[in-house]
Amino acid sequence: MAEKKKKIVKTIKVDVDKCNGCRACEVACSAFHSAPKYSGNNPARSRIRVIREPLRDIYIPVYAGEYASAECMGRDKYVIDGKEYEECAFCRASCPSRDIFKEPDSGLPLKCDMCQDDPTLEKPLCVQWCLADALTYEEREEEVEEDVKLEDVEIGLESMIDKYGWEKVMDTVSRISASKKG
Amino acid sequence: MRYAETGFNLEVDLTRGNIERVATDPRDTELYLGGLGTNAKILWDRVPPETDPFSPDNLLIFSAGLLCGTPATGCNRTIVSTISPQTLLMAFSMMGGFWAPELKYAGYDKVILRGKSPNLVYLWINNDKVEIRDASHLKGKGAVETAELIRHELKEPKAQVAAIGLAGENRVYFASIEQGRSSASRQGIGAVMGDKGLKAIVVRGTKDVNVAKPAEYMELCNEVLKYIKFRNENPIPGVMPILAGLGSPQEMKVHDEKWHTENFMWGNSRVRRKDFWNDEIARQWAETLDTMRTRLISCYNCPMTCGATISPPGLPTYMMKCFSKLTYTMAAFSDLEFGLGIAQSATEYGVDGFSTPQVMAFALELYENGILTDDDFPGMPADNEGRFRWLLDRIVRREGIGDVLANGTYWAARQIGKGAEEYAHNNIKKHEQLPLKLSMLNPIYFLMYSTGEKINITQIEGQFPQAPFFTVEEREDFVRDWFQVPDDKFKQILLDWEPRGEKSMPYYPTVQMCCDIVDWQERMHYIDDALGMCSGLSSFPLKPPYHIHNYPKFISAGAGIDMDEDKLTQATKRYRTLVRANNIRRGMRRKDEAPPQNHWKKRFPDLEKELLDTYYKFKGWNEQGIPTKESLHELGLDYVAEDFESRGIYSETENPSSEILAEAKNN
Repeated sequence: MAEKKKKIVKTIKVDVDKCNGCRACEVACSAFHSAPKYSGNNPARSRIRVIREPLRDIYIPVYAGEYASAECMGRDKYVIDGKEYEECAFCRASCPSRDIFKEPDSGLPLKCDMCQDDPTLEKPLCVQWCLADALTYEEREEEVEEDVKLEDVEIGLESMIDKYGWEKVMDTVSRISASKKG
Repeated sequence: MRYAETGFNLEVDLTRGNIERVATDPRDTELYLGGLGTNAKILWDRVPPETDPFSPDNLLIFSAGLLCGTPATGCNRTIVSTISPQTLLMAFSMMGGFWAPELKYAGYDKVILRGKSPNLVYLWINNDKVEIRDASHLKGKGAVETAELIRHELKEPKAQVAAIGLAGENRVYFASIEQGRSSASRQGIGAVMGDKGLKAIVVRGTKDVNVAKPAEYMELCNEVLKYIKFRNENPIPGVMPILAGLGSPQEMKVHDEKWHTENFMWGNSRVRRKDFWNDEIARQWAETLDTMRTRLISCYNCPMTCGATISPPGLPTYMMKCFSKLTYTMAAFSDLEFGLGIAQSATEYGVDGFSTPQVMAFALELYENGILTDDDFPGMPADNEGRFRWLLDRIVRREGIGDVLANGTYWAARQIGKGAEEYAHNNIKKHEQLPLKLSMLNPIYFLMYSTGEKINITQIEGQFPQAPFFTVEEREDFVRDWFQVPDDKFKQILLDWEPRGEKSMPYYPTVQMCCDIVDWQERMHYIDDALGMCSGLSSFPLKPPYHIHNYPKFISAGAGIDMDEDKLTQATKRYRTLVRANNIRRGMRRKDEAPPQNHWKKRFPDLEKELLDTYYKFKGWNEQGIPTKESLHELGLDYVAEDFESRGIYSETENPSSEILAEAKNN
């Protein structure tokens, strides 16, 4: 059985109704992450971007998440309160389908690190700079199962076995491990 | 390395289609800071006074302020400078929004346009790649519509667009340049853009703007943010709600318009409706605003939400700012629903929200008084709202009487004749003003109205309370944490200032005190206009977060220019004088420096003369308002003195050039 452990989950709650579209979050982020710290300003380097379409009243601050090497095959649309949103408007990925969350010079992916710093900031800087209160920082304690990852692997393998058969999966695993060792 | 600024301007010759990236001289930044300051220098150097506003030799300069693109809250203004077709003087209208920081991130401080394109074009600035593109498909399109179409065709949703509408294309003298939720509206700069065949300037930038002392600069920014929070939570007691907080007057938030509707004038700035506001109107107007207003919105990096997205039923959505909420409503004796509706068309057409309603009310007044007749208004509807919409359509197309009205009330009255001049009564330097008519002369406002070269009272007033507090306790409370004053003497003036009696208007504050107060107020506006700071966080409100004591630190830590209060005051005086020099060279003299004749009922000619004499002397100007050789020398502006000498400006002032231009226009 998996062991239960306590873990602090850092959250930024985004209230899109409160966003005034000013992009102060982008300003604070790009300044914080420049080197030396606060020396450079460039929202294109920011790890938070406000997806803005003022005439359609769309304002969504989105944080940079994981890097995705490929874009999605299909794009869904959401209608919320009568407003139509592209799925990408909520997506945190740094992906080939758009130019946000990439260093403008190198194209390298950017990812929000919650303003990791020494000493630790009380709140990420974007939250501190959002006087509209669209961004709220919350920490909560969660109980997580330590070996949850293992379970994921198990589920994945089982579905592979279902799909391709036991032998094929075993063959593939040995070939990959041979090539990795080689 | 250059800090805060990029050190490069874009020089665009629209006649030849030539584009150059030109390095600027850092010494000019030290002397004139940036924004308005360096714009004034460029106009002085390159636009001689004989230049007609619609000559290809007139320059149209779009400048970011010195600190735009840095984290300084509210520093997002674009300062647009040119020669105004309406005033024939130097115009420096400004806009907030998102354009100036984007220009900085693209790697430029200014875009300087000269010449004229034979076809309608737009300029596309994408970092180092700059191109002039065909805009024939955008001809006649609305300013907001144009921005959307361009972003779509370039597939650049994050590009910032400054565009003109039909009014600018047709060179309406009060045409604006619209951008984001803001616009540069005053003095007809949109007409100059249209004359140059330029529909829009589109910018996208992804480069860095650096500051000289990062940690120090960020600390200053954090202090400002903290103080904004404090001021938001602690409005100033004892003053009108719109003066109690920060930002532009928070017109998009307030429902109670009793003060504006009962104290400002209706129609062609003549009728005061003292008992206008009642519960039923309050209910109706609140309902209108609540139904049409989708969201309160801000400019770049500012928490103040002075604007709003407005969706009038059956019309496209647009973004509104400040007092244009009421200008159309009140000029047309109508209601808020009409005002917010017609402002949608006005925004797309790209016209000034102050001048336009006044021009239309002026036309209808001439009609009511038989100076204009039915022949001038063929097909005009019978109802007031319909008439305003009809007139707006004629003006922006320059059709029929619209062609005359499109020149503003001053020039239209001269063209119409038959006593029409009497009806163009609310102008300063040929430019329409806020619809205010008051009872007794206010000496501080007299000086500001007379000598302000932005020719707009909101762009010179601020900092100092508009009226004395009634009780000593209130005054003591006010001065207690009034650290923004440049000198403690201002506190004493306020403490002693009484609503009536010996120490009351118009003889107190004394003439000398009035000079000091006006000079401080004006200085703060000029600093804002060089740095690109919104006056809503600085020169306009009482007790703002930016002031003469922290500005030098911002400039030192931001731009890396060694700065203190004296040096900043001197630099500001230098380019303020240069603005005046441009105008003096174009013929502006003492006779042009007066408020509208009927602004106050009770006037004091001797006092007014003394005020102007003393203020001129205080500023280092002679009795004609011309900066003296000595004061120019002290500011390092000997080249101005030499120019004045060679033009004979010091020896004779009988036929100044703006008069010549005005005559030429009239004939």
